Amino acid sequence: MITLNINGKDQAVDVPADMPILWALRDVVGLTGTKFGCGMALCGACTVHLDGQPIRSCVTPVSAATGKRITTIEAIGETPAGKKVQQAWLALEVVQCGYCQSGQIMSASALLTKNAHPSDADIDGAMSGNICRCGTYPRIRAAIKHAAKGA
Amino acid sequence: MNTVSRRDFVVVLTATGTGLLLGCRVGDRAGAATAAAASPPAFAPNAFIRIGSDGRVTLIMNQVEMGQGTYTSMPMLLAEELEVGLDQVQLEHAPPNDKLYANPFFGDQETGGSSSVRAFYEPLRRAGATARTMLVAAAAQTWDVDPTSCRAKRGVVTHMPTGRTLGYGALAEKAATLPVPDKIPLKDPKDFTLIGTAAKRLDTPDKVNGKAQYGIDVRLPGMKIATVAASPVLGGKVAGLDEAKAMAIPGVRQIVNLGDVVAVVADHMWAAKQGLAALAIRWDDGPNGGVSTADVVQGLDAASQQPGVVARTQGQVADALGGAAKKIDAVYQVPFLAHATMEPMNCTVHVQKDRCEVWTGSQTLTRAQGTAARVTGLPLESVVVHNHLLGGGFGRRLEYDWVTQAVRIGQRVEGPVKVVWTREEDMQHEFYRPYYYDRMAAGLDARGKPVAWSHRVVGPAILARYLPPAFKAGIDIDGVDAAVQLLYDIPAIQVEFVRHEEPVLNTTFWRGVGPTHNVFVIESFMDELAAAAQADPVEYRRALLGKAPRARAVLDLAAKAAGWGKPLPAGRGRGVALLFSGWGSYLAEVAEVEVSKAGELRVHRIVCAVDCGTVINPDTVKAQIEGGVNFGVSGALWGEITLKNGRVEQSNFNNYRVLRMNEAPTIEVHLVRNLEAPGGIGEPGTSITGPALANAVFAATGKRIRKLPLAAQLRSS
Repeated sequence: MITLNINGKDQAVDVPADMPILWALRDVVGLTGTKFGCGMALCGACTVHLDGQPIRSCVTPVSAATGKRITTIEAIGETPAGKKVQQAWLALEVVQCGYCQSGQIMSASALLTKNAHPSDADIDGAMSGNICRCGTYPRIRAAIKHAAKGA
Repeated sequence: MNTVSRRDFVVVLTATGTGLLLGCRVGDRAGAATAAAASPPAFAPNAFIRIGSDGRVTLIMNQVEMGQGTYTSMPMLLAEELEVGLDQVQLEHAPPNDKLYANPFFGDQETGGSSSVRAFYEPLRRAGATARTMLVAAAAQTWDVDPTSCRAKRGVVTHMPTGRTLGYGALAEKAATLPVPDKIPLKDPKDFTLIGTAAKRLDTPDKVNGKAQYGIDVRLPGMKIATVAASPVLGGKVAGLDEAKAMAIPGVRQIVNLGDVVAVVADHMWAAKQGLAALAIRWDDGPNGGVSTADVVQGLDAASQQPGVVARTQGQVADALGGAAKKIDAVYQVPFLAHATMEPMNCTVHVQKDRCEVWTGSQTLTRAQGTAARVTGLPLESVVVHNHLLGGGFGRRLEYDWVTQAVRIGQRVEGPVKVVWTREEDMQHEFYRPYYYDRMAAGLDARGKPVAWSHRVVGPAILARYLPPAFKAGIDIDGVDAAVQLLYDIPAIQVEFVRHEEPVLNTTFWRGVGPTHNVFVIESFMDELAAAAQADPVEYRRALLGKAPRARAVLDLAAKAAGWGKPLPAGRGRGVALLFSGWGSYLAEVAEVEVSKAGELRVHRIVCAVDCGTVINPDTVKAQIEGGVNFGVSGALWGEITLKNGRVEQSNFNNYRVLRMNEAPTIEVHLVRNLEAPGGIGEPGTSITGPALANAVFAATGKRIRKLPLAAQLRSS
């Protein structure tokens, strides 16, 4: 048994220590908002926060999360940056199919938490690991700036 | 019709108060999410609208949501005439039923071909108007007044002279007893209050908080999770595997070896993945084991030497070419492409003796149901299919191979099983955009004006497999789409189709098919003609569009907005392209690119002018063009699936490169608004982008690239 702190709650999960956090969340705990996209930290769909830092949960084992706080898309709206990002996403109609957007929102929220007014280069740096096949990049960029204005 | 009780549904109330009834609760009974589902006595005058006596308005979505905004545009069509606000409706996925929900363009329940608005612009407005008329009639009968003295608005009927009101909920039971009227007049477009506005999308609130349910998110009691390896070579078989090693992995429950595919069934995906690796499957590749891309190209080239079936002809092309002052020939090639939807293929099944239940995200629900029935031998009515939001479609989910596979696996598994493909499995077992090989020839007169145009398309006939009635007289109307509609005023035009199948990879639609290569070919070649005539590419096209005013208008608009002709720094260039096809929309695009001395290509800016006739939601149109452009940038710059020893060489996003934030161009979309018939907008932005980029590369470097992808050609040149 491993104890994981997920969205503020301690949960004991009976999984091997090398299981990526992604599968613990989706297949064991039942939080399916975090998405599987590539399994190799190439697309960012699985991004969650570990003590506030964005990480790719498809390659990060649960053993790396013991004693740390995991935050997922289901709870990111409870953080100031996450709430602003979600609101900006809706205000600017960023979303299309939406499958990558959990990861996009997690990356954007982490960016705005540490950098309230990111430049275009900052946005490139924080967001280029998140692929969107629907091509919503122009709106993601605009929405991050929109959220920053509300900071 | 089946009925189910209210508790079978997960009702997700969004921030706006709009309810989305998407998907059904775990462990439900047969027929959840059917059109007839509602426990309060309901008014259901047609397959798209259900109004409960509690006033709840449910709209049933037969066209599926894969990002294109159809779960907003279809409700807008219904709500406009039904006289309800979008904040008053909830949506429900339609069940499979071709009789109720067929897309008239295809004859079955299908979401593809940029067709939803075109196909349902009138039928859904009529469905809404019919329901409203019956509700108004019910009110008029209740009050014993003339229905023309009543008005409906926001779900309430008001008797105008007296101000009496009745809500739709109170009228539902009575309305249900009235005959369904025919010949209902529709609103004059000038009276639209919803259609044409940038209404907020109804599917997005749940997509920013993790609540949205895609097929891959299905969870059922006792459900196992499986991942699969199908033969890496089409037609190959399992030669051997180490089952004991896989079964030794904690959490692995079962190995299902179907001969052409092996599934590892486990408690969770992590165990399934490890189990699959431990199997160390050995494959007997079969006859395709030695095939490489070069073999495919050789076959296409050989086929291209022979004339094809004539798909369009006017004037005497051979004579006009023979008499031309200048003749230009070119061969254009576009590669196999993967869709690489963000949500990998997945399907959950529960196969029992007398029934089969399927949970997936499909663009063709009745085909998914049909394949499950064929595999299990069950009658259609014993196969229940639950659709979901799609994590990308682009045509990939017009197929149902993964459903077939999941049902075959499910037949051998006790209880429900969710089959999830890894990214590698997904990329290497796609239905790809075909490799096309086009031969072009044109003749110019002494002043450089084209007098002859010959376009020979060589590739597979996808429609012959997918929609046989649409494959007529040897012509794949999709394969030649955009080529046969060529708008340029050229006296002699011939378009031929040479059907050439290369059955070493499965192929299908890819955010369009025909136009994804034809527009690249046509617009690149037109640029070649302009260059041969030493003419400006915009002016050259413009002079040939005297009979196509809508095309000329978007060309002018795009050129002006892009600052066509204004000087650019060294290494930069602008390219233009024009699109018209069976989609019925007119697009013009100007791309601005930069090519470094090392041959690195960067796309700075895209300006796209769009005339798609009547617009339902202008913001969705813009979003689709933005997304389509970026999909096209990925494809044109880097997209390429190659074969070696019968195997797809690409496996994940590290070697199948797609556009990322730091590479994404600025995109400007300019809409022409009019009341012409609606045109499709989901796919055109992709098709027009490749040629605009190739022409911009030519402007920047003088290099004419006739084979995609661009980046590889720039590196090798």
